[in-house]
Amino acid sequence: MAASSAALSLPKVFRPVLGLGRSGNPAKVTGGSMLHATVILVTPPPAKYGGRHTVTLIPGDGIGPELLNHVRELFRFSCVPVDFEVVNVNSSVATEDDIHNAITAIRRNGVALKGNIETNHNMPPSHKSRNNLLRTSLDLFANMMHCQSLPGVQTRHKNIDIIIIRENTEGEYSSLEHESVSGVVESLKIITRYNSLRIADYAFRLAREKGRRRVTAVHKANIMKLADGLFLQCCKEVASGYPDIQFDSMIVDNTTMQLVSKPHQFDVMVMPNLYGNVVSNVCAGLVGGPGLVPGANYGTNYAVFETATRNTGKSIADKNIANPTAMLLASCLMLDHLRLHDYANMIRGAVLTTMNETRLHTADIGGQGTTSEVVQSVMKNIQSGGPLTTEQI
Amino acid sequence: DFTKSWIIILQTVTLIPGDGIGPEISTAVMKIFEAAKAPIQWEERNVTAIKGPGGKWMIPTEAKDSMDKSKIGLKGPLKTPIAAGHPSMNLLLRKTFDLYANVRPCVSIEGYKTPYTDVDLVTIRENTEGEYSGIEHVIVDGVVQSIKLITEEASQRIAEYAFEYARNNQRASVTAVHKANIMRMSDGLFLRKCREVAENFKDIKFTEMYLDTVCLNMVQDPTQFDVLVMPNLYGDILSDLCAGLIGGLGVTPSGNIGANGVAIFESVHGTAPDIAGKDLANPTALLLSAVMMLRHMGLHGQAKKIETACFDTIRDKKVLTKDLGGNSKCSEFTGEICRRVQDME
Repeated sequence: MAASSAALSLPKVFRPVLGLGRSGNPAKVTGGSMLHATVILVTPPPAKYGGRHTVTLIPGDGIGPELLNHVRELFRFSCVPVDFEVVNVNSSVATEDDIHNAITAIRRNGVALKGNIETNHNMPPSHKSRNNLLRTSLDLFANMMHCQSLPGVQTRHKNIDIIIIRENTEGEYSSLEHESVSGVVESLKIITRYNSLRIADYAFRLAREKGRRRVTAVHKANIMKLADGLFLQCCKEVASGYPDIQFDSMIVDNTTMQLVSKPHQFDVMVMPNLYGNVVSNVCAGLVGGPGLVPGANYGTNYAVFETATRNTGKSIADKNIANPTAMLLASCLMLDHLRLHDYANMIRGAVLTTMNETRLHTADIGGQGTTSEVVQSVMKNIQSGGPLTTEQI
Repeated sequence: DFTKSWIIILQTVTLIPGDGIGPEISTAVMKIFEAAKAPIQWEERNVTAIKGPGGKWMIPTEAKDSMDKSKIGLKGPLKTPIAAGHPSMNLLLRKTFDLYANVRPCVSIEGYKTPYTDVDLVTIRENTEGEYSGIEHVIVDGVVQSIKLITEEASQRIAEYAFEYARNNQRASVTAVHKANIMRMSDGLFLRKCREVAENFKDIKFTEMYLDTVCLNMVQDPTQFDVLVMPNLYGDILSDLCAGLIGGLGVTPSGNIGANGVAIFESVHGTAPDIAGKDLANPTALLLSAVMMLRHMGLHGQAKKIETACFDTIRDKKVLTKDLGGNSKCSEFTGEICRRVQDME
């Protein structure tokens, strides 16, 4: 215990020498090193006082604030024992104080629900994406997205059910760039064995947990032989430990082509960061758009929930036309993470009833409802089917 | 015109049949062009790599000379060698002729049903640098870095080509696809160059969109896109995504534009060794690439004639190859198109 707290106070530069992982936890080091520390998962005590959980809320930009207000309204109405600690992050200032405050709040609470923070292009290149900074600082290594077709939503392809697991911290999103000579820019894509093994293991464990039959690794190892080659090799190594699950691989350009023509062949997919970005957006589009799919970012100690496609939705902000489904379902994922399964199922059921039976749709999926109408409908469904709520509608 | 009918200028085109089904689909295209009386003179060449002086792999001199003279090439699928010692042929061709732009027009084919209708867009992909520079290192055991290279020159060149293409083909807008929120410097440079070039083409609308937003919107409503310009990796993924929207690589044309006016048009599907030599192949992709070639050469009338014949045959559904849903042979499909072309005279 003393060792780990001492480790946490060490300056960052000493951590790799002593074989400590980025988050400050003693981690197993592969290969020779001075210290062979074993994996000690220091799980902080849950931020639960008097039976109520505290969750960090980051409104973000665009449609984030209004959708998260609806989430709070719904939680209050349904008597969900969750309190939100709101941390605002201003995307137009150059200092990183705001995002570091948010990160500290998440370290304290362990769980967060966030909207997307816009990256201002007028800033110099040293101004990094706030969302990316959050993910890497908290080591939220796995982004999980479950794409399921909703029977009530009109789409070209029906009955899609794909789980996408995307490595969330390295790859092309390492933000390591430099201009060697004026007019020549290099951007580094980093792939490590540690992270590749970790994400592959996560994918297979999840597949087993959910009773899935097949895991497909998406890569471009024919061109990026070393980088994606390493990723693929790690996936194969992990796959050998799960003989009950079928493992295959597919090149990313073929994957996108197959997704738009024959999406039903995919079950669980695991991939590095950038391909994850492309594939998850394609799949979100296939099941009906950015307003329907929730996403979750999991780390060893922290979890952050948001919409799967991370859109700011600037053009539809404050017009009461945004689709609240994705954010509401993300809040249900959060409740599941907090082990408040009854509340999660209640809200999820109400949202799905609104989507599939009542068919109250917002403009993005072809309907004419407003955001508040959809939320009201969800509340009505909760009231008619569930326990006592704060007020009668 | 009376004077024009006297002189028929035959344009030479270097034909690279390729491997697998390459030779039979090339024969099919030549037959159709003959039926259409297109003023093309084919010069067949082989591009299997040979070791030149100094030990460097290069394409045979006859092939290179032919291309340099004719400036236009039509290529079938080439086999990717495993352990042959030399690099991929496509890569060699790209380096030899500095083929910097890969152009793929994706138009829905009436008669070949896909869940997406009314697709009409063009993807223009930078083909020389970006993520495919091939510069990779193992830093320490278990840590690999792959370098993505973006240069001002290449970005400028591809942006200029994209806008000129839009202008020459009466396209209304050009969209730059990027991820400059994450890759601030590299995609930032690419985007800056596109913006600069857009200033000189005020008649064309210029927009910029994140790669993930493009993917999201593409599978929901592809009709909102017109010309898309992007770096190498995004181009690879998006062009294949768009090919998937219209029916796959078996019906998608593609062209590579190089420096010094060289242009090589190709079919992007594989060599299909399992059906090679059995008269089962579908020549549509190579044929549509050849049509793209005719348009590039300014022979719009001929191009329209052959394209219409091909689309009519597919729409009619009477004579279709197996991959299109029928059970006719390649020669029968070709014959049907030739017949239609001749009827149009």
